[in-house]
Amino acid sequence: MDILKEISEYLQQGDNERVSALTKRAVEEEIPPKEILDKALIAGMNIIGEKYRDHEIFLPDVLLAAKAMYAGMDVLKPLFIKEGIPSIGKVVIGTVHGDLHDVGKNLVGIMLKGAGFEVIDLGNNVPPEKFIETAKEENAAVIGMSALLTTTMQVMRRVVELLKEEGLSDRIKTIIGGAPVSVEFAQEIGADAYGYDSSNAVECVKNLIKNVR
Amino acid sequence: MKPQMNCTRYKSTRCKEENVTREIIEIRVNDVKPDRDDVLKTQGIPPGKKPSENLEPLFKRAMELFLELSHPLCIISEISIPEFEVVYNGEGSNEKRTPLDEIFRKAENLALFALTIGDKVSQKIDELFKSNEFALGSILDSVASDGADKAADIVENHFLNLLSNEGKINPSTGILRYSPGYCGWHISGQKKLFEFFHPEDIGITLLDSFIMKPLKSISGVMVAGKKEIHNFEDSYPFCKQCKTHSCRDRIRALFRESNLKI
Repeated sequence: MDILKEISEYLQQGDNERVSALTKRAVEEEIPPKEILDKALIAGMNIIGEKYRDHEIFLPDVLLAAKAMYAGMDVLKPLFIKEGIPSIGKVVIGTVHGDLHDVGKNLVGIMLKGAGFEVIDLGNNVPPEKFIETAKEENAAVIGMSALLTTTMQVMRRVVELLKEEGLSDRIKTIIGGAPVSVEFAQEIGADAYGYDSSNAVECVKNLIKNVR
Repeated sequence: MKPQMNCTRYKSTRCKEENVTREIIEIRVNDVKPDRDDVLKTQGIPPGKKPSENLEPLFKRAMELFLELSHPLCIISEISIPEFEVVYNGEGSNEKRTPLDEIFRKAENLALFALTIGDKVSQKIDELFKSNEFALGSILDSVASDGADKAADIVENHFLNLLSNEGKINPSTGILRYSPGYCGWHISGQKKLFEFFHPEDIGITLLDSFIMKPLKSISGVMVAGKKEIHNFEDSYPFCKQCKTHSCRDRIRALFRESNLKI
C-alpha cells in the first residue's frame, strides 16, 4: 500500500505509534513534508470528520485519531521551521470571560487543527479585548468563542460589537458555540456562525474563511 | 434507583452573625461510581450502539483515575422559606416567572447544598489535554460530571432520610434539587447562597462570574414537599433555549420512585 494511504489508515484507527513511525519513514523516503501533511494526515482526519458527521464513529474515535495526527505532526514540525507549518487559515479560539469550561473549546481546537487550520488557543476566562487584540496581531481570519453559561455567553455579544466598532467585521469573522448558545442567539448578536458541535464548527469555519475579505 | 446513603457525617454550627446549622458530608467515592451508559451517552454514543474496541481501555482508565483522584464532599444546611426567598432573589436578576419561584413557596422543607468531587480530577483533565491524551481527557471529563451528579443523588437521598428520621415526610413527599443558572434562577443567585452557608469550608470557591471552583461542583436547593409541586410544564419563555429539557426526566423519575423510608 502507498505509504501515505497507510499513514491515513493508521491515523483513522488512532494508532499514534504507527503513524509516527510511518511518517518518519515517509520523510526518509524524501516525500515532501507538505505532501505527507496534506495527503496522509489531513486526508485521514478529513475522513474521520466525515465519519463522525455521519455518526459512523464517535467522539473518542475522533480524539484518538487526532492524537495520532499530532504524533505525525511532531515528526513534520522541524521540517517546516523555515516557512512555518502550512495552514488553510488562522483561528483564535477561547472560552469567554467568566467561564472556565474549556473541554468543548478544546475539542473544537483539536478538530480545527486536524482539518489543517492554525489554531491560537487563548484558554478560558478570555476578556473580549483579548480576542480582538490577538486576532489583529496574528492576522487571524476567525474568532471562535465558547461559553457554557447563559451569563457568560453575553461576553460573545461584546466581542462582536468590538469588531464592528473597530471596523473589522469584514476581515475577522466570528463563530460561537457551547451548551446555552443557539443559532438564534448567534443571529441576535450578529455572530457570523454557530457551531452545534466540533465537527460542524470546522465546516462553518471553512465556509467563513471563504468570505473573509 | 438512587444510590443508598453510606457516608461519614460531621456537624458544625455558625455562619457570620446568624446561627446556621450545617452538615458536612464525606461521600465514599465508590458510592458515586459513574454509570457506563451515562458516560457513553455524554460521549455521543447512543444506548444500544456498540462503541469501538478502543473505548474500553480508555473507559477503564478514566474510572481508575476518577476513583483515585476524586474526594466527594458536600455541605448542606436546612433553610426556612423566608430565608430562602432572600437567597433565591439573589442579585435581582432572575427571570420574572420561574418554576422554582412557584415551587419553593409550597415546600414543606428546604435545604441548601453544595458538593464537589475536588480539584484533582479537573487538573488531571487539563493535563491530559495538554499531553495530547484527548480521548482519555474527554472521557474523564464525562466520568467526573456523572460522578458529581451521582454524589448529588446521594445527598438528595440523605436529606430524605434526615426528614424521615424527624417524621417530616409521608408517602406523597418528593424531593428535587434546583440550581442557580438553570430554569430561570439566575446564576448570580450563587452569591447569596454562598453567603448563607459558606461552601468555602469544603473547598468550593465562587469566582466573580459565579462559577464554582473546582469545576466539578454542584450547588442549589433541595425542595421537599408534595410530589405534585415539582410537576411544572416546560413552557416558560427560557425553556425554548434549553437543549436538554432534563427537567422532564427528573420529574418522571420522581413519580416513578418510591424509596421513601417512613
